[in-house]
Amino acid sequence: MNLQDGQKIRAIIVDDEELARQVIREFVGAHPEIELVAECSNGFEAVKSVTELKPDLLFLDIQMPKLDGFEVLELIGNDLRVIFVTAFDRYAIKAFEVHAVDYLLKPFGADRFEAALNRAKQRVAAGKPHRPPAELAAAARPPSQFLDRIAVRDGTRVYIVPVAKLDYVEAQDDYVALATEGKKHLKQQTISSLESALDPSRFLRIHRSFIVNLERVVKVEPYAKDTHVAVLQNGTQLPVSRAGYARLRAFLDR
Amino acid sequence: MHPIFSNLRRLGLYLLSWIPIAGMLAYLLTIPGQLSMREAAILSIPLSLIYAFICLSSWYSCRGNPLEKYGLGRLIATHVTAALIASVVWGFAAAGMASSLSKMPSFPELNTRFRPAIPVIVGSGILLYLLSVTFFYIVIAVDLSRDAEARVMQASVLARDAELKALKAQVNPHFLFNSLNSISALTTSDSAKAREMCILLGDFLRRTLGLGEKTAIPLEEELSLIHAFLAVEKVRFGARIQMEENIDKSALDAPVPPLLLQPLVENAVVHGIANLVEGGWIRLSIQSQENGDISIVVENTLDPEAPARRRNGVGLANVRQRLQARYGSRASFAVKAGAEAYTVTLTFPAERKLQTT
Repeated sequence: MNLQDGQKIRAIIVDDEELARQVIREFVGAHPEIELVAECSNGFEAVKSVTELKPDLLFLDIQMPKLDGFEVLELIGNDLRVIFVTAFDRYAIKAFEVHAVDYLLKPFGADRFEAALNRAKQRVAAGKPHRPPAELAAAARPPSQFLDRIAVRDGTRVYIVPVAKLDYVEAQDDYVALATEGKKHLKQQTISSLESALDPSRFLRIHRSFIVNLERVVKVEPYAKDTHVAVLQNGTQLPVSRAGYARLRAFLDR
Repeated sequence: MHPIFSNLRRLGLYLLSWIPIAGMLAYLLTIPGQLSMREAAILSIPLSLIYAFICLSSWYSCRGNPLEKYGLGRLIATHVTAALIASVVWGFAAAGMASSLSKMPSFPELNTRFRPAIPVIVGSGILLYLLSVTFFYIVIAVDLSRDAEARVMQASVLARDAELKALKAQVNPHFLFNSLNSISALTTSDSAKAREMCILLGDFLRRTLGLGEKTAIPLEEELSLIHAFLAVEKVRFGARIQMEENIDKSALDAPVPPLLLQPLVENAVVHGIANLVEGGWIRLSIQSQENGDISIVVENTLDPEAPARRRNGVGLANVRQRLQARYGSRASFAVKAGAEAYTVTLTFPAERKLQTT
């Protein structure tokens, strides 16, 4: 949000509780420079509104129907400022501190609100982008809890891919392609960060560019010198690197 | 470790208990009429000492043949055989002692005069050995029951710990802070409602307060705790919460562990209602069954595609644990996650009288 003089900050409030939205609305009311362009009561609405209205600032609750706050953040990219608003979440708060993300703890007063708002404005001035949202989401996840679903976006449409339905993941530049039920969904995330969020007893990195769902692997065949291919239930063939083959063997020998 | 040898004091007591036996033996030795009282006493003291140690060995055969493991026939055969062997050995020792004494001038022909007393030695040897077998079986049984008692004590301490932990975990900070935030919102828009919310929250917190010291409360009290909890949540979620109740009033005086049901209702709100944009219902059914059990069902709508909740099911595990701790196998606990509803069913025996409050 590069603001010209006199230009308003366009903001969206996302919270499923009407009373929680009301508090923020009231505090925002004291700031003529902020224009409230939408209020959303669930994650789907939030993604839709952000995509369509391109606001500068988002007040984002964590626990909501449809998509939680971190999933919303992953889907809307990082070219807007986000102030997380939550009541209590040990791991999330730790992640906010580590990643220098602005947040408000419910209940909060006008002073806290002003401070968070000012910090958000300063960060815009300094031009510091957020860390990649997936990294923040991973840091905020309670330990030993792996992803059980991945949210992806196509325009304003949001798809939920349960990890059990994931066949494999392929790295494509800054994106990962999630192959599920014959379709491929693109998501802006590195394959390494996705790898660390998936349960290692179910998903294995078999190649620099591929993670496979182990349940889908039918057989592994030699391909060329030092390399193999993994054949999946639906006939897909994926390259297996030498290191990937060693990991696969270690897994099968267990 | 041998229970007598392991402790000097016990060994002393054991040997002391053989002094009257030695006296009795001396008396028995004079019965055939060939030995003087003095000779019988001189023989019986070392003989009793020897046999006292022989009898200690019966502990090993008691340990090796536990009463609950083998039939009576085998036990009798084993111990009687051992008794025969022990007493025959003892008899030989006695005869040897008598013949060596007879070489001394003060005990003329003791070996021939002793011979009629040998059956007395063997007979009392068998009896004494079998007595020691009985004694050691009693020692073993006492030890076992002491162990069992210790285990029961430990189990109840663990159960109590689990209960306390559950209670401490109860007033969920997420619930508390969200409720305070609702009050904060209402102070400017609807101050009367804000005050009402303060009162509702206070009412709920007060009810949960002294529950830590109680082992059981009437089901009715638990139900009103749930009502106080839902009254607060209704302010937060508005029309998104719909509560349906089907309650058999005759079950309400039964004692239950405190906070048995409230966590289930809280889960229904957190995992059900809070994930549904349009809200949903919670159904609570409490029924007395014909066999005297109480059956409770907590059911709620859910969004099968809801995001994973950032709080794991500690509440559910705690309820199951406390139910087990109090009722053991007489209670059952079942969870069914259907496509659109989540159902928790528990049954437990109704204990009519509330002993502790």
